[in-house]
Amino acid sequence: MENVFDLGWIDYSIMLIYFAFVLGIGWALKRFMKSSTDFLEAGRSIPAWITGLAFIATNLGALEVIGMAASGAKYGIATIHFYLIGAIPAMIFLAIFMMPFYYGSKARSVPEYLKLRFDEKTRGFNAVSFAIMTIFASGISMYALAMLMEIMLGWNFHFSLIISALIVLIYIYMGGLTSAIYNEVLQFFLIVLGFLPLVIIALIDIGGWEGLKTSLAEVSVNNGFESGAYTQSWRHMNNPNSNPMGVDWIAVAMGLGFVLSFGYWCTNFLVVQRAMAADSMSSARRTPLIGALPKMFIPFLVILPGMIAIALTSNLESGFELPVKGGSYDYDKVIPMMLGYYFPTGVLGLGLTALMASFMSGMAGNVTAFNTVWTYDIYQSYISKGKSDKHYLRVAQLTTIFGVLISIFAAYVARMFNNIMDFLQLVFAFINAPLFATFVLGMFWKRATGHGAFFGLLSGTTAAAIHHGLTAPVGATVLVKGGWLGTIIHEYPSEMAQNFWTAIYAFTACFLMTVILSILTKKLKPDGELKGLVYSLTPRQKEEGVVWYERPAALAVIVGIIAIILSILFW
Amino acid sequence: MGIDIRFPIGLMFTIFGLVLTIFGLVTNSNAEMYKRSLEININLWTGLVTLIFGGLMLFFALRARKNRKK
Repeated sequence: MENVFDLGWIDYSIMLIYFAFVLGIGWALKRFMKSSTDFLEAGRSIPAWITGLAFIATNLGALEVIGMAASGAKYGIATIHFYLIGAIPAMIFLAIFMMPFYYGSKARSVPEYLKLRFDEKTRGFNAVSFAIMTIFASGISMYALAMLMEIMLGWNFHFSLIISALIVLIYIYMGGLTSAIYNEVLQFFLIVLGFLPLVIIALIDIGGWEGLKTSLAEVSVNNGFESGAYTQSWRHMNNPNSNPMGVDWIAVAMGLGFVLSFGYWCTNFLVVQRAMAADSMSSARRTPLIGALPKMFIPFLVILPGMIAIALTSNLESGFELPVKGGSYDYDKVIPMMLGYYFPTGVLGLGLTALMASFMSGMAGNVTAFNTVWTYDIYQSYISKGKSDKHYLRVAQLTTIFGVLISIFAAYVARMFNNIMDFLQLVFAFINAPLFATFVLGMFWKRATGHGAFFGLLSGTTAAAIHHGLTAPVGATVLVKGGWLGTIIHEYPSEMAQNFWTAIYAFTACFLMTVILSILTKKLKPDGELKGLVYSLTPRQKEEGVVWYERPAALAVIVGIIAIILSILFW
Repeated sequence: MGIDIRFPIGLMFTIFGLVLTIFGLVTNSNAEMYKRSLEININLWTGLVTLIFGGLMLFFALRARKNRKK
């Protein structure tokens, strides 16, 4: 396939200017890195609007942008569930109920909170699985970006992989978490300004939302659904067979909206770390809410291009066609194909730089979270205790290099053995699914014990694995898709439905097991030690003398109302 | 901590805005080039929006710097 893009000098200049700025920000911050707290926790000194934008920018990685545009093409507007019900309630819950414990406990990481609240083994389990997971996550996204650059621009795979990894490495090595967060804000604006022209021009071309609805009605009917299945997010969810996602509203509300979403937004250190870097408790609590405001509008940047791409593909006169791979459309190509279709040189450079920026913001999130967990929760806890802070600062800096190097290694593993990566992602899904049960019991039930938490997590993971082993999506042939226990007792209409239900089973198993074992085992931590870690033993946050729009509760109400309005608009 | 992030953000987008606006003006008569973007000079428009955004960020950064000096 010939290159889709013809880049001119102006496109390369934009890219180079961007590289200069991200590196410059790291360089400017270098002299402020005096302690491990500066480097790994940004000195807990960042204002709320910055941590809020970083909070969602780090989630807006390249895999997210490419993947959500792909979902938009595959499932239509129902993808918006990942941004509304699948994000907003969890972000509100994190801000109002959980942040006081994360920020107030003085824990430096999510695993460290588990150690303070429960015990060493629960922390160890979480720290090690999280560290491995982040490395592979950044490896996979690096691989995805380098592949795109190779196919679309004809760039050498190794060259774009090494260059993009190196830039992230340098700016984090110099400025630590602060540098990552500051750059995420810049990257966030770049992603918005780079993709906005694409969405606007594509919408004009297709005849606005009404025109898109008409085009997709045809696609819906051709695929055997009612005409609104691609443009209405809830109306076709009564039956999994009547929407392209293959899920019903129970799976969406419980699997995505409750278990997966709360598990990700409330317990994943990748995002929680941004809020923990805020300059005060009030800022920390406002971080997820400030992030939630733009989060609700990102679907228009990433899902709409996907939906328009599929509408254009179905219209033979448009001359636009998604490439085919293995019998179905190669949905992952939506964003680059659309950029190439509408953008002339100039703004094309801006769009591609925006794609690069999204890759970097996602990868930087992984690298900084890995740094903190490795240095504090693994190195300082198990390898070398009681050294000077200078020593740990040095270790943290070296960890940046070491972390990026093994991510590069992981990217090559992904390139060679695609199945191994699928398998690993599956294992991590099993480990993550039950986590929220542990946190919610830990924070709101003072009787929950360390043994209960640890074995609850293990049973949740086991339940996920067994459920996955006994079920399969329709038409699945490979073992990583499920059914590897030999017999298939239930067939799901889609992989997504299977994932949602795996999460529901894992959460339930972990919740029940933690409760049962906590009642059976002795409570080892006295109430005094749990102060600031458990809801009933912690004094309420007072928000007196603060203007109303700086109060978390007021912001939460505004965010909630906007989310409900958007849900109804696209019902 | 350390630096006011609005300053580098403002500076970068001002540069992007200037580059795209000027490039858009220079290539305004190039109909072939803008055929794909529905005959809209998308470089010029994106450049102007980016320029306004960058300018605003710079304005707020400089105003904050002035207030700190006082």
